Amino acid sequence: MTSARSTLQVEGLETYFFTKAGVVKAVDGVSFAVGRGEVMGLVGESGCGKSVTGFSIMGLVDPPGRIVGGQVLFNGENLLTASEEHMRALRGSRIAMIFQDPMMTLNPVLRIDTQMIETIRAHERIDHASARQRARDALGQVGIPSPDERLRAYPHQFSGGMRQRVAIAIALLNKPDLIIADEPTTALDVTIQGQILYEAQKLCRELGMALIWITHDLAVVAGLADKICVMYAGKIVEQGLVDDVLDHPVHPYTVGLIGSVPSHNPRGQPLAQIPGMTPSLLNLPPGCAFRTRCSRASGICEQEPRLSEPRSGHKVRCFHPCLEGHA
Amino acid sequence: MSVFIIRRLLQSIVVVAVMSLLVFFAVNVVGDPVDMLINPEADQAEIEKTMRAFGLDRPVHEQYWFFLSNAVKGDLGKSFIFGEPALKLIVERMPATLELAFAALLLAVVIALPLGIYAGLKPDSKFSKTIMAGSILGFSLPTFWVGLMMIMVFAVMLGWLPSTGRGETTSLLGIQVSFLTWDGLRHLVLPALNLSLFKMSLTIRVARAATREVVHQDYIKFAHAKGLSSRRVILVHLLKNIMIPVVTVLGLELGGLIAFSVVTETVFAWPGMGKLVIEAIQNLDRPIIVAYLMITVLMFVTINLLVDVLYSVLDPRVRLQDVKA
Repeated sequence: MTSARSTLQVEGLETYFFTKAGVVKAVDGVSFAVGRGEVMGLVGESGCGKSVTGFSIMGLVDPPGRIVGGQVLFNGENLLTASEEHMRALRGSRIAMIFQDPMMTLNPVLRIDTQMIETIRAHERIDHASARQRARDALGQVGIPSPDERLRAYPHQFSGGMRQRVAIAIALLNKPDLIIADEPTTALDVTIQGQILYEAQKLCRELGMALIWITHDLAVVAGLADKICVMYAGKIVEQGLVDDVLDHPVHPYTVGLIGSVPSHNPRGQPLAQIPGMTPSLLNLPPGCAFRTRCSRASGICEQEPRLSEPRSGHKVRCFHPCLEGHA
Repeated sequence: MSVFIIRRLLQSIVVVAVMSLLVFFAVNVVGDPVDMLINPEADQAEIEKTMRAFGLDRPVHEQYWFFLSNAVKGDLGKSFIFGEPALKLIVERMPATLELAFAALLLAVVIALPLGIYAGLKPDSKFSKTIMAGSILGFSLPTFWVGLMMIMVFAVMLGWLPSTGRGETTSLLGIQVSFLTWDGLRHLVLPALNLSLFKMSLTIRVARAATREVVHQDYIKFAHAKGLSSRRVILVHLLKNIMIPVVTVLGLELGGLIAFSVVTETVFAWPGMGKLVIEAIQNLDRPIIVAYLMITVLMFVTINLLVDVLYSVLDPRVRLQDVKA
């Protein structure tokens, strides 16, 4: 899965939060790669470290968080050793990010044009009029009607879906090589969600961008992504091509996750769920973090499972992968 | 917006009218100015003559009506002591007080706002903790004592700055101001600093609290994610958002700054309205007290209106509307 031509290659990334209560290993040895025009879904429950992974790539981890290990290779260059000024130059220009809550991502007291033009002018010496022109085109590109007028509006004059389109337009302004989208459709209506997904996929293909789509919604990943990484308690427990993983999940957690989707359950039956709760990442005991909720767990699970590759391109971190029936 | 302003102006008139009633009757209860005005050995005939001369022999409601009908014409009565129109006396002293108040406000914005933002951005640094400790002192120490200490240190011991009066003044648009001459500016420093101390502490705390809140908002992180420089994130994205609470507090406090500069003016012998009104209270010079309070009310009403208008400039989500009570 890791090819030399990957836009982004993350190797053994570790981001820890040094809190007063102890060390929280939010991201603990995460590795994956995304290439040009490729969409990777990063899936997991709340608090499993998927957003922190995104922020680690951007170099925007807030204290007390710190990246303590690993490599983030972006076009072959390790971002973790890059200077702050170089990171600033990359952010918003080569790597862009879209946030979860469109109601909160745009500054409420600045007009849309200000917020778009500053993004262009932070990276390029370009006059105001041409920057404005580009901002207008970007708004048109994400399907905002009458972009000229809308440029003069304030964020509160837009609906949630429209705001997220504006945020996507801002991310696209400088034609980045990589976009990290952190649950960008979670706060939106399903219909709007569908439109945004369609636009994102189209733009990604057209512009040849790599896209990391962070979500907890398997349905979204199924329709959008090429590859998928399933995260649990700071670690990637299963990764592979989206069809392989969703059709033939191997890790008990992924199996449970897919089983929890309501449409998979017969009508009238109680919904299937994974018993227990996500463990606190604070002072997590060694071994498989999922073993307390896992029906297949045994004594060996108290050791750290290695990443194995039961099928080509499909990796799993489990001692007891569910390979029955379709090996 | 114009509907909003008209409605607010009408409300203001009601406030001023009610206030005039309160002020006028309150002052009448405080004490009898005749005792202060005449020779203690004067006989009854003389007392009655004085009372008649000032209209004090009439019933209170008649006096009030007389006062009100004159006030509408811009005549707030004559000072018992100076024999001059009270309004004229106050307006003469007003530039000195306004200059002091605005200098204090300026100090609060220029010094305290950056300090507050710094303390909000780096809450754990030693310097921030020093700032916050300093602001607690600024809150707690009484103004007059700080003023006296400032005089002790800077005027008496070090001899750097003068401690009394306005110094040399120049005329700016027909108003006497101190800040345009070097001597005047030197005279202005200590009183302005003294008056500003409390407001600075307040501004630091408000700015810090607002910064702490805004800095964790997604739009600040998003601004960083857009690759903006920290300078721009702080000076544009953060500053514009924290200005809303800061303007609210400073706007309310500006009225207080003008009205209650009394202490500072007394300590530094600053010839402003505050000093005039203190003397008027001591002498029970009713017209001056009443006129001063009326002007203060007018000022508060005006400042509050301006702050409301300023809101809509700062925060586009605020639309000045005709709010039904």
